[in-house]
Amino acid sequence: MSGLSAITDTATADTVVAAVASARLRGYWGNVWQRLRYDYVTLGFLALIILIVLSAVFAPLLAPFDPNRASMAHRLKPLFFRTNYLGTDEQGRDMLSRLLYGGRTSLLMGILPVFAATIIGGLFGVVAGYAGGRLGMLIMRTMDVFFAFPSVLLAVAISGSLGGGMVNQLVTLTVVLTPPLCRVAETATSQIRGMDFVDAARASGASTMSIVFNHILVNTVSPTLVYASTLVSASILLASGLSFLGLGVSPPTPDWGLMLSTLRQAIYVQPVVCAMPGVAILVTSIAFNLFSDGLRQAMDVKA
Amino acid sequence: MTIPISIGVTVICFALIYLAPGNPVQSLLPPDATAKDIAELQHAYGLDKPIPVQYLIWLGHAVTGNLGISIQTNRPVLGEVTRALANTVPIAVISAVLSFAIALGLGILAATRIGGFLDRFSTGIAVLGISVPSFWLGVILVIIFAVELGWLPATGMGSKGSDTFTWFRWSEAKSAIMPIIALAMTPLGILMRTTRSSIAEVLGLDFIQTLRANGLGRTAVVVHAIRNALPQILAMFGLQVGYLIGGSILVETVFTWPGTGFLLNKAILSRDIPLLQGTILVLAMAFVAINLIVDLLQTAVDPRIKRG
Repeated sequence: MSGLSAITDTATADTVVAAVASARLRGYWGNVWQRLRYDYVTLGFLALIILIVLSAVFAPLLAPFDPNRASMAHRLKPLFFRTNYLGTDEQGRDMLSRLLYGGRTSLLMGILPVFAATIIGGLFGVVAGYAGGRLGMLIMRTMDVFFAFPSVLLAVAISGSLGGGMVNQLVTLTVVLTPPLCRVAETATSQIRGMDFVDAARASGASTMSIVFNHILVNTVSPTLVYASTLVSASILLASGLSFLGLGVSPPTPDWGLMLSTLRQAIYVQPVVCAMPGVAILVTSIAFNLFSDGLRQAMDVKA
Repeated sequence: MTIPISIGVTVICFALIYLAPGNPVQSLLPPDATAKDIAELQHAYGLDKPIPVQYLIWLGHAVTGNLGISIQTNRPVLGEVTRALANTVPIAVISAVLSFAIALGLGILAATRIGGFLDRFSTGIAVLGISVPSFWLGVILVIIFAVELGWLPATGMGSKGSDTFTWFRWSEAKSAIMPIIALAMTPLGILMRTTRSSIAEVLGLDFIQTLRANGLGRTAVVVHAIRNALPQILAMFGLQVGYLIGGSILVETVFTWPGTGFLLNKAILSRDIPLLQGTILVLAMAFVAINLIVDLLQTAVDPRIKRG
């Protein structure tokens, strides 16, 4: 919207018509890409995210050492100690290798629960928004109960009862992230359901299924996706918090949150090395946050 | 709306026991207990009754303030929680007010100078605030101010512990400084974003143009904008107070601050499910109550908002 009004201020009517025409030709996703293409900040953070993901995926190739090989002689060494470029941890394991491997669990915990919650929450949200009535009420009121818990508290409650472990952590995060996504999908669906083109489709004999798939889903995807992208960073932070409390993966599996927790006792010896896993979390989290900001602008979704 | 939600909250808290792996009484008995012992203890705890009946009994106890007995300390859960809450609420409220004041100030400055240096500066801080893991920030603060500089105590509530803690003695009050800062960072980021965007939005409305056209000064216009954006900011503020009270577990663990979060952590480590359940119930109810208060406040600030 703001892009178009800026054009009318400066350009002649002809170019406006041309711009609008070409915008129509490109379609929605084409427009999104056009806007993203010139948003170098967002693209930069996208590149950073890809870099982080690749470094985690190819950790076995990149890591100079076995992340679980301990060495009692070389415990808590500083940065650039021989070939341990980021030092060693409290068991003498190479920090760089552990950070690379740790990215695997941390990114998985950031992305997989959001993905699962988007599907589950989106499904319930679309059903609630489209069906409305009692079923919609039932679904949304159930979600409201989960909103009555601060997210960290809900995560700790479920995770604390279920116990630690990777699967339990994934389940916990999915449960915590589903209600907000459900609400976003429900709002979008019920807005679109009331629009004229949906009535028109129904009047011309379209089946419920075809309306949901061809008209509703297409229009709920972008707000839901944008919202989901903002949750990746939250999910990473929440997961690392749970791991920090000992409710995540079990040692010796490297995980950024768990590493922070086990290295806490060593802050008097090697403060910089002990802070490293947190830097990894912070950078990843900033990258996802700023990328999702850019994505929201490009997709023209109101926060 | 508050009543059905409160009931829902109790159902979830009740269900937590059934999420825990294994039989609830197994943790109370030695591993070589016979099946008869288990059955007897289950009967003694009423665990052989149907689940809805168990829920109603549990709810009846909870409403009258009986949250059960902590497995670890053998003391009533309610007493443990209220004692811990008395330590959490002060630091949570102080960091909420602190972050609110800074966020309001910087957010207003940013919204009136979109794209300027101050705007970028405060947007940067906001992004940092929402991206930083609070427990890591706590560790960093400890490294800087306790390990390197030695200005502030690293953990705890002062030398004498929580029983004699008072805010009016500097030697003890200073141990609360780092937890407060670590807690305040996330709400600071969220509140700053909300303030900036909602005031910028109001500043773009037609009535602001009218005010300007009528010759109102810059400050007077901004005051109008703040008053219009306030309900939204207030709603976010209430949410943050609740998040701070309920979500202080990580920061309290880092600083071994003897509040509800620390209590939760102890309950998790010792698998003390009654303590976990009771603490979560109290915190969730506090959050529901805060939301209700915020709703009422919002209506008071802006009568156009009607609540069902």
